[in-house]
Amino acid sequence: MTEVHRPYVADKPAQRETNEQLRARIPGWGVDLDPQDRPGYPREQPGIETGAHWELPERQEETYPRERSIEHGMLPPVFGTVAPLHGVSGAIKRYAYARYSEGRLAHWLLLIVGDRVEAFGAHVRSFATLHPDLPVKVGAVVAAEVHGEGLRSRFGQRRSDVKHQWLDPVVVLAPWVVSGWVGYRLTKAVLGRR
Amino acid sequence: MQAMVYRGPFKIRVEEKDVPRIEHPNDAIIRVALAAICGSDLHLYHGMMPDTRIGTTFGHEFIGVVHEVGSSVQHLKVGDRVMVPFNVYCGSCYFCARGLYSNCHNVNPNATAVGGIYGYSHTTGGYDGGQAEYVRVPFADVGPTIIPDWMADEDAVLLTDAVATGYFGAELGGIREGDTVVVFGAGPVGLVAARSAWLMGAGRVIVVDHLDYRLEKAREFAYAETLNFTQVDDVVVFMKQTTDYLGADVAIDAVGAEADGDLVQTLTSSKLKMQGGSPTALNWAIDSVRKGGTVGVAGAYGPVFSAVKFGDAMNKGLTLRMNQTPVKREWPRLFEHVRNGYLVPHEIVTHRVPLSEIPEAYHLFSAKLDNCIKVLVEPAAA
Repeated sequence: MTEVHRPYVADKPAQRETNEQLRARIPGWGVDLDPQDRPGYPREQPGIETGAHWELPERQEETYPRERSIEHGMLPPVFGTVAPLHGVSGAIKRYAYARYSEGRLAHWLLLIVGDRVEAFGAHVRSFATLHPDLPVKVGAVVAAEVHGEGLRSRFGQRRSDVKHQWLDPVVVLAPWVVSGWVGYRLTKAVLGRR
Repeated sequence: MQAMVYRGPFKIRVEEKDVPRIEHPNDAIIRVALAAICGSDLHLYHGMMPDTRIGTTFGHEFIGVVHEVGSSVQHLKVGDRVMVPFNVYCGSCYFCARGLYSNCHNVNPNATAVGGIYGYSHTTGGYDGGQAEYVRVPFADVGPTIIPDWMADEDAVLLTDAVATGYFGAELGGIREGDTVVVFGAGPVGLVAARSAWLMGAGRVIVVDHLDYRLEKAREFAYAETLNFTQVDDVVVFMKQTTDYLGADVAIDAVGAEADGDLVQTLTSSKLKMQGGSPTALNWAIDSVRKGGTVGVAGAYGPVFSAVKFGDAMNKGLTLRMNQTPVKREWPRLFEHVRNGYLVPHEIVTHRVPLSEIPEAYHLFSAKLDNCIKVLVEPAAA
């Protein structure tokens, strides 16, 4: 006779363990069974006490033109001021913020392009300092691999990510290799004209 | 002061930075006592979050001591030991006034689709984070809470995100008595979500991951059944078989943007940044849950689209519930659970490093070496 599985009939599956067994085995089982005991319920709680003693917060001083999403009706009263926009990457990002809403793919892609342009500039400038950005932070990686037993942690385990972890160095190094090649070709072209 | 500083994808270092200053009357400056690295910090580290600027300090899980307060601060004073929710929020906008603290409209000029988060790119407001000796904390009268005398520092720092988010993930599942709950991800959030599912009356809890050492922790910490997804041909078929072909009542995505298990999804998201995140865990959740069931999403995704199996979700009549966690709203109940021993956050901590060693710690955590689950960071000024 064909075995009939659960969803083909109306009954709910029997619980594997009774509530009493679960309560005995798991400290606190069921203490938040009632949704009223869960702090996220209901999702919206008008009138909740937050500690705010203002209707609209006082406005933080805008010490430089602060970029904002065009979905905002005004500059919000408080904002972060770390790493203001600058240079070419800043121009790209300002355009992304000024032109495209958060609903447009172009908004985010331009921000990501701006990120990579900024990183490239920062790496180049770092070579004029005592702390150059190397393609790989060799000391930290070696230390982590040695202390963390990189080989034992990765191999002989049933891990899915070892299939693609080898791509990480490629992702990190590829822009350096491409930049180096472009730089080499440009230099050669300029010198070749003389 | 010393601070962790982002220098581009896969590149961070410890640098000297200026101690942050009061920029708004309700700001406080906190001297960080203990911080943590979150799994979502790895999305930044891997260059997945748009507008992550060079020079930014990460870290949205931290506790510390009040070092300075602005002129309008009433509820905190210098010297108070405080825990700070990962949300930057005003407490008074349309959303905060209804308890949706993670959706605050007054703190993030860069985007309206997300509130403010410490050290989490300009897409969440452009604030520096707590993997540093000092950090600026806006709306000091709203977010921070004085750490109860009885609470251990390790428990307090984990309550600022990981524990609150794990519990919130289980809440999103709308768990009812006797439900079968499957949790994707055995990181800190997944472990707490699984443990919390029992508190909400689950009848069966199954945790899915590909790291055996984390699944072992899921069995110990969360009393859960476990599945290493590399050991089955098809996760969804396994889930159907183990539930007598019904499917789980509730599935929780506690992984987010860098979910493993589908090479195409991983390549197009983590590696090539063509998606806001790899929705492998979310798609497994959608396909593993029973028709009419609920999927709770606690994992974080970027703002660009992701290839989610929406047709299956629609055709199955699923309820999808998600949000960034409104942390402080969760705290009173979670404090009770920690005090009663129902949640023991510090059991998930595997590493504790000085701030000066944070580049190594990021690599260790990212590559999942040395059975790493949760890394705490101690600044020198602590």
